[in-house]
Amino acid sequence: MTGPIIKVRNLHKWYSGVHALKGISLDIHPNEALGLVGDNGAGKSTLINILSGTQRPDEGEITYEGRQVHFRGPRDAMEAGIETIYQYNSMVPTMSIARNMFIGREPLKASVFGLGIMDQARMRADSVQAIADVDLHLRSPDALVGELSGGQRQGVAIARAMHFKSKVMILDEPTNHLAVKETQKVIGFVKSLKDLGITGVFVSHNMHHVFECCDRIVAMARGEIVLDRRVKDTSLEEILTVL
Amino acid sequence: MEKPELAAVVFLIVLTMVFQARSNGVFLNLQNLQGMLGLLPEVALVAVGVTLLMICGEFDLSVGSVFALTPMVMGVLLADGWSFALAFPAGLVAALLAGLVNGALTVRFSIPSFITTLGMLFVARSLTVVISGGFPPIIAADAMPRWLFTAFVGPGDLFRMSFIWFLLIAALIGLMLSRTNFGNWVRATGGFLPAAQSMGIPTGRVKIACFMICSLLAGFAGTLQVMRLGAPLPSIGEGLELQAVAAAVIGGTALTGGVGTILGGIVGAILIRVIDNGLVLSRVDANWFKMALGALTVFAVIMNAWLRAKAKGMKVETQK
Repeated sequence: MTGPIIKVRNLHKWYSGVHALKGISLDIHPNEALGLVGDNGAGKSTLINILSGTQRPDEGEITYEGRQVHFRGPRDAMEAGIETIYQYNSMVPTMSIARNMFIGREPLKASVFGLGIMDQARMRADSVQAIADVDLHLRSPDALVGELSGGQRQGVAIARAMHFKSKVMILDEPTNHLAVKETQKVIGFVKSLKDLGITGVFVSHNMHHVFECCDRIVAMARGEIVLDRRVKDTSLEEILTVL
Repeated sequence: MEKPELAAVVFLIVLTMVFQARSNGVFLNLQNLQGMLGLLPEVALVAVGVTLLMICGEFDLSVGSVFALTPMVMGVLLADGWSFALAFPAGLVAALLAGLVNGALTVRFSIPSFITTLGMLFVARSLTVVISGGFPPIIAADAMPRWLFTAFVGPGDLFRMSFIWFLLIAALIGLMLSRTNFGNWVRATGGFLPAAQSMGIPTGRVKIACFMICSLLAGFAGTLQVMRLGAPLPSIGEGLELQAVAAAVIGGTALTGGVGTILGGIVGAILIRVIDNGLVLSRVDANWFKMALGALTVFAVIMNAWLRAKAKGMKVETQK
C-alpha cells in the first residue's frame, strides 16, 4: 500500500482560549472511506475546516500527497484536489444548476486579470454531463437549485466535486435534514466514491450511516482522537462508550 | 423566478395606457417624452447601482448624498480654476472613496450596511455643504462640456446625451452581471454567503467593488443633473436613496439579496418617472405622487411574491 494521501501531525487550534484541537495526528489513506464521528464541539468541524482551507491551524503540519501544504483559503485546497460538501449546503439556491456548478471556477472565453466573459454554453453542457455521471436525473441545467430537493442538491454538489476531478471528498454532515430515501441516495454516493478512486471523509452524527458506508472510523471527543479502528473491528457500543 | 421584473413591466404598460388616455394623448407626445427621457438617466443610474448592490446582498442609503457631493467637489474645483478634465475625475474619485469607506467598514466590522451607509448619508451631505460654504459655487458657462453630457440629440431632439450614457452604462452593468464570472460571484455572494465563501469567492472584495460601483454611478448621475441645471446645489438628491430602493424593489429585486435584474431596476425607475409625470398630466394634485409611489412599491412586492408562488405551483405540476 502506498503512503497516506493526507498526513496530519500534531494539529492544534485555539478559539479565544478554548483549546478546540489538542494535537491531532491522523493518516488518511488513498481510496479509503473514513468516517469521522463525535459529539457537537468534539473538534470534527475544526479539523474539517482546516483540511478544506477555510481555517488555519495554530500549530502542526499537514502533508498532502507527500508534500507539506499550507492552505490559505478554500481555493488552495480545491486546486490541490480536496473538495468539501458542507451540511448547510454548498449551493446558492437563487442560482441555476449550471451557474452553481462553476462558482469561482467559471470557464472563461476571454479574461483580464482573472475577470472575464463566462462560456455559458460549456457550463450548461458540462453540468448536464456531470449530473448524468452521478446518475442524477434533472430537468435542465437552468433550473434553480432552490427548486431541488435536499438530496438532489447534495447530488449536484457531489457531481461538481467529481467534475473537478477531486481526489479527496470531505462530506460534512451531508445527510442532515434529508428524508430517508434521500439519505440512502447520499450514502450510495459515498459508497460509489471507492469505485471512482476518490478518498472520502464522511463526517456525521449518525453512527448507522457511518457504519453503512465507511471502511474505517475515527472518533473524536474534546479535541482529541479517542478511537481509530477498522469498521469490522469495532461496534456501535464501543464507540458510544468512548465519546 | 427567472423573470423577476415581469410584474413591473406589466404595470408600466398598464399605467402608460391609463395616462395616455387620461391626458388626452399628451403623455406620449414628443415634448413630454423629451422631458421624461431628459430626467430619467439621473434617477435610473442611481437605481442601477442600488440594484446591483442589493443583488450582492447589501444596501446603500448614502447614494442621495453622494449624488450631491460628487458634483459639488467638481464644482468647487472648477470655480477654483481647475480644468474640467481634472475636476470631473476628482469628483468621481470622491464618489469611489465614499463607496470604498461604505464597503470596507461593512465588510471589516461585519455590521449591517444599513448602518454604515446611514452614517455616510449624513457625512457626505455635511461635507457637501461644508465645502460649498452653503452657496453653490459659480461655474463659468463654458467650463463644463455640456455637448458631451446633456445636449439634446437624436430624431426630433428626443434624447439628451445623458440618456446615451445611461444606456451604455446600464448595458455594461447588465452584461457584467449576467455574462461575466464577476457577475456570478455577485449573485453567489448575495444569494447565499456561506456557500460563496466555501467555494473560495473573495466575498469581501466583491461587496466592496459593488459598493464602489454603486457610489460611482450615484456620483455620475448627480454630475449629470448639475450639468443639466448649471449649478451644484448642496441639497440635490435628498430622498433619492429611498426612490432608488423603491425602483429596485418594484423591479423585482429582493431585499434579501441574490434575486433581481438590472433591467428590473431600470423599469422600476421608469415607472417612478411615469407616475410622477402622468399624475401631473392627468391633472391630479401632485401631492398624491408619494402616495402612489408607496402603494406601488408594496403592491409590486406582493405581486412578485404571488407570481413566484404561482410559477412554483406550475413547475411542481409539470414534474409529475
